Amino acid sequence: MRKDYKLARRRYVIGGFITFVVLIYLIRLFTLQVSDEQYKLNAESNAFLKKTVYPARGLIYDRNGRLVVFNQPAYDIMLIPKDVHDIDTTAFCELLNITKEQYQELWAEMKNPRKNPGYSSYTPQKLMSHISVEDYGRLQEKLYMFPGFYIQTRTVRKYNYPAGANVLGNIREVSAEDVKRDTYYRRGDYTGDLGVEKSYEEALRGKKGMEILMRDALGRIKGKFEDGAKDIAPVSGSNLTLGIDMELQEYGEQLMQNKIGAIVAIEPSTGEILALVTAPNYDPQILVGKERGKNYASLVLDPLKPLYDRSIQGAYPPGSTFKPTQGLIFLQEGVINESTMYPCYHGYVNGLRVGCHGHGSPLPLKPALQTSCNAYFCWGFKNMIDKKGTKPQDQLVKWKDYLVDMGYGYRLGVDLPHESRGFIPNSEFYSKSFRGPKWSANSIISVAIGQGEVLATPLQIANLCATIANRGFFYTPHVVKEIADSTIDIKFSEKRGPKIDKSYYESVAEGMRMAVTGGTCRLANLRDIEVCGKTGTAQNPHGKDHSVFMGFAPYHDPKIAVAVYVENAGFGATYGVPIGSLIMEKYLKGEIASERKYIEERMLTSNTIVNSGVKKH
Amino acid sequence: MSTVALRNTETNSSVFRNLDWITVILYLLLVTTGAISIYAASYDFDNASIFDFAEFSGKQLRWIGLSLIIAFVILLVDYRIYEAYSYPIYGLVILILIATVFLSPNINGSHSWLVFGPVSLQPAEFGKFATALALAKLFDSYNFNLNAKPSNYFRALIIIFLPVCIILCQKETGSALVYLSLIFVLYREGMSGLVLAAMFFAVLFFVLAVKFMDPFVMGLSVGEFSVLTLICVIYCSMLVWYCKDFIIARNVILGMTGAGIIATILILCGVWINGLIFFLSLLGAALIYTGLAMLKYRIRNYIVSMGFVMASVGFLFSVNYVFDHILQPHQQTRILVLLGIEEDLRGVGYNVNQSKIAIGSGGLEGKGFLNGTQTKLKYVPEQHTDFIFCTIGEEQGFIGSSLVLIAFLVLILRLIHIAERQKTVFARVYSYCVLSMFIFHICINIGMVIGLCPVIGIPLPFFSYGGSSLWGFTILLFILLRLDAARKEIRI
Repeated sequence: MRKDYKLARRRYVIGGFITFVVLIYLIRLFTLQVSDEQYKLNAESNAFLKKTVYPARGLIYDRNGRLVVFNQPAYDIMLIPKDVHDIDTTAFCELLNITKEQYQELWAEMKNPRKNPGYSSYTPQKLMSHISVEDYGRLQEKLYMFPGFYIQTRTVRKYNYPAGANVLGNIREVSAEDVKRDTYYRRGDYTGDLGVEKSYEEALRGKKGMEILMRDALGRIKGKFEDGAKDIAPVSGSNLTLGIDMELQEYGEQLMQNKIGAIVAIEPSTGEILALVTAPNYDPQILVGKERGKNYASLVLDPLKPLYDRSIQGAYPPGSTFKPTQGLIFLQEGVINESTMYPCYHGYVNGLRVGCHGHGSPLPLKPALQTSCNAYFCWGFKNMIDKKGTKPQDQLVKWKDYLVDMGYGYRLGVDLPHESRGFIPNSEFYSKSFRGPKWSANSIISVAIGQGEVLATPLQIANLCATIANRGFFYTPHVVKEIADSTIDIKFSEKRGPKIDKSYYESVAEGMRMAVTGGTCRLANLRDIEVCGKTGTAQNPHGKDHSVFMGFAPYHDPKIAVAVYVENAGFGATYGVPIGSLIMEKYLKGEIASERKYIEERMLTSNTIVNSGVKKH
Repeated sequence: MSTVALRNTETNSSVFRNLDWITVILYLLLVTTGAISIYAASYDFDNASIFDFAEFSGKQLRWIGLSLIIAFVILLVDYRIYEAYSYPIYGLVILILIATVFLSPNINGSHSWLVFGPVSLQPAEFGKFATALALAKLFDSYNFNLNAKPSNYFRALIIIFLPVCIILCQKETGSALVYLSLIFVLYREGMSGLVLAAMFFAVLFFVLAVKFMDPFVMGLSVGEFSVLTLICVIYCSMLVWYCKDFIIARNVILGMTGAGIIATILILCGVWINGLIFFLSLLGAALIYTGLAMLKYRIRNYIVSMGFVMASVGFLFSVNYVFDHILQPHQQTRILVLLGIEEDLRGVGYNVNQSKIAIGSGGLEGKGFLNGTQTKLKYVPEQHTDFIFCTIGEEQGFIGSSLVLIAFLVLILRLIHIAERQKTVFARVYSYCVLSMFIFHICINIGMVIGLCPVIGIPLPFFSYGGSSLWGFTILLFILLRLDAARKEIRI
């Protein structure tokens, strides 16, 4: 063979070419694999499905250890659309008691991109939520007939008592704002709404866990990554123990049926709320499950506003229940002493007239409380505000500061959402409304008897009562007594109260005792419990007077302080006193004495909504 | 054929003595690595055994076993048989290829499979060695010189393009394109290097013109401007190194540089110049000057150089037309995706994107054998066939994948070495055919997987799953080894 050496050199061109290409490829491999991190991240998001494992939400117990709120399994029908084929639709509908049209509607809804933006025929989709246990049982048995379908278990809240909806709250799916506000939440999570479910959300929800699953290109799960070694176990939510006595709560709600108003009962020695009743109210169970949306809407539209928690959100004129605060302030300020007497000519007559009812005159503080004398407190107020050598503006500020220290005018800080602050006017307020500092005690005299501009929540009234029961201090009222594995806010164990001498409280308590034994609250005079009380009859622009009562018992070593507020029910003695006394009796004795059964009967059957002017359709 | 095979035991022993064991060991190494990769690629967490013959890896083991038997038989056959029966083998394979077009069932639109009960074969894979034998035989014919007359080119091209046309009829574009690699053989055997250069520049100009379509200066796009500038530069270089006429070259270079400087100054002063007319008149002037000057000298090289300029300019302006009117929409998309102009992660770009993710996530050392998530979870389509390199990239990382790449490079360089030591034209041409096809397969397959080449569905030699391709490559390689083992027996 003749060898052409010139052509043989061309081997270097060919060899050089392949070497050059391999070199380029090596550089490319290096950039892909070693210098660029992006591909590793892409690979992770490709292959790993980080599935959230939801912890069990904390349970809620009442003060006596009775289970109030717990979790119950709920069943959702899920399916992977791609895997569903040749199923017997008729049999499926029969199992679930739905019509074929409903079945088709469910499918249409599931595929609707606006309602279900995450739809994909390769991934699990929810067809129906919250099916009943019976349907679940029947379907589970026949599930083999329906390829592609499966049942997913979730938990929902279940309530042992049809009461306390305002305290307990409920849970709902998180909104877009929740997700934005708190990075813990993801779309589809649940969060507490209203009540302790909301205010103790962080304790109740626990901590989500994570399961790392491997997912193939079609979205199918192919087992756990490294057999679950990198998974994070969920932490269950903490259980709550409430200060609420559920039986008392339920009894209070029964007494308040067909009425508008609130009952607040506090244990004075701890500040724990024993009952927090608002009326009208609703069964918390209706906000669980399939019907939640519909029921919630009807609660929102109800003209009686059952979602409005009157016990902490309602700001009312406190009426005569305000008088003890005045007596305390006057005593502390030296405006009066135990024996100071003021005249009452069927009212306060001093250039203007504030009416009163028949009783002896003149009279000192205790009988004034006993008979709820308007004139007494008007004189005291006048002598304090118009005190010689002082300006009424400065005196009113002093007066206001005492009330703020007693828990009025600002939120008390109860551990429930949406508490109202009530209202205590200050000097600026009046200078503004009278267009200048040309006002005196007489201009604003009605605040002395809890009318006019003064507003308080039933909680604030009950808190005042607890302060008197404690003879001068209170603990911030709170509904949660204990959080398992944790402690409640330290502020709930700090004593608060105004700088008023304990002996003055003793006098006021005695006055309130006298009101029960021989004054406005005689209906609250129980056989073997020394009850103290104070009625109120609050005038209001909405119609008939509100019936108000606050009281505590026993007189010495008090165990319960109660405030009752019944809208448009007339004198404090007609509704406030009986309801308040029944609550105290029920709590302290466990049952109502037979000679008082008629009072209970009357309260359970009476209706004051008719006086409210609100038409329920 | 096998009756003739075991002719002489003396020859047989010398075959194994003279066998190029380096290549054999490389072959065994690559095939074994391939089988392990297929096992990894098709491993499905259900922990199937590597010896389960229902699985891809199990089947591949069976193919490998049969390949070894085929290799052994090939080595036992007298080397002269291949030469003597080149044309009959070629003819037979062509007939089978034609028959396949009609007999094959439609498998994903391709008609390239012959089904014999449980076994399916792809005759196109066997067309490769038959074509290589026929081409070798042609070059080996008495006093054959490629450049002697044009009809010699014609004959060579017939041998190459006959199977190409039939395979195109089978809708196997990828396999058909492999035969284009035989251009290397023609080059080695005397075809002008200008053809390779022309192909290189055609690809370069095409990519530049299509990829950089943003407007730039003087009414030209970035791509057009750079291609026209390149043409000027290359023309000047050709005058210097190809025509070796420094006077003409100097004048042309000075003229072009001067014109360029003047044009730049004018543009900076705000004068509008039409770039197309500027470049065309520049090149035209250069051509006329060269044409006048060359009358005095040797003509051929000048014609070539001038032809380059004219062809290049023509090509540049036909690119857009070709792209818009001649290419099919799916071909356009593939090219656009490859050049990074279009992102099409759901369609054509999906495969390449996923394969880049799989390889990229491997890192330096890889995730370890059977630990690759991307390939295991089927993110990469065709991962046990055309995209098998992903599995290596993901599980063995940069170290593993570059070792495989280097092993292929060593194999090719070894084959070039073997080709050049042959004493017969037949053996040398055959060897070049084999190594050219390997080069094509390796460059295109790995280039595709790492996103540097268009998606052309051809297997990676010795790695991709499939009996036909493994047998095809084994036959190609072992006939080469058999011819090489016989080189010492040949006396000239």
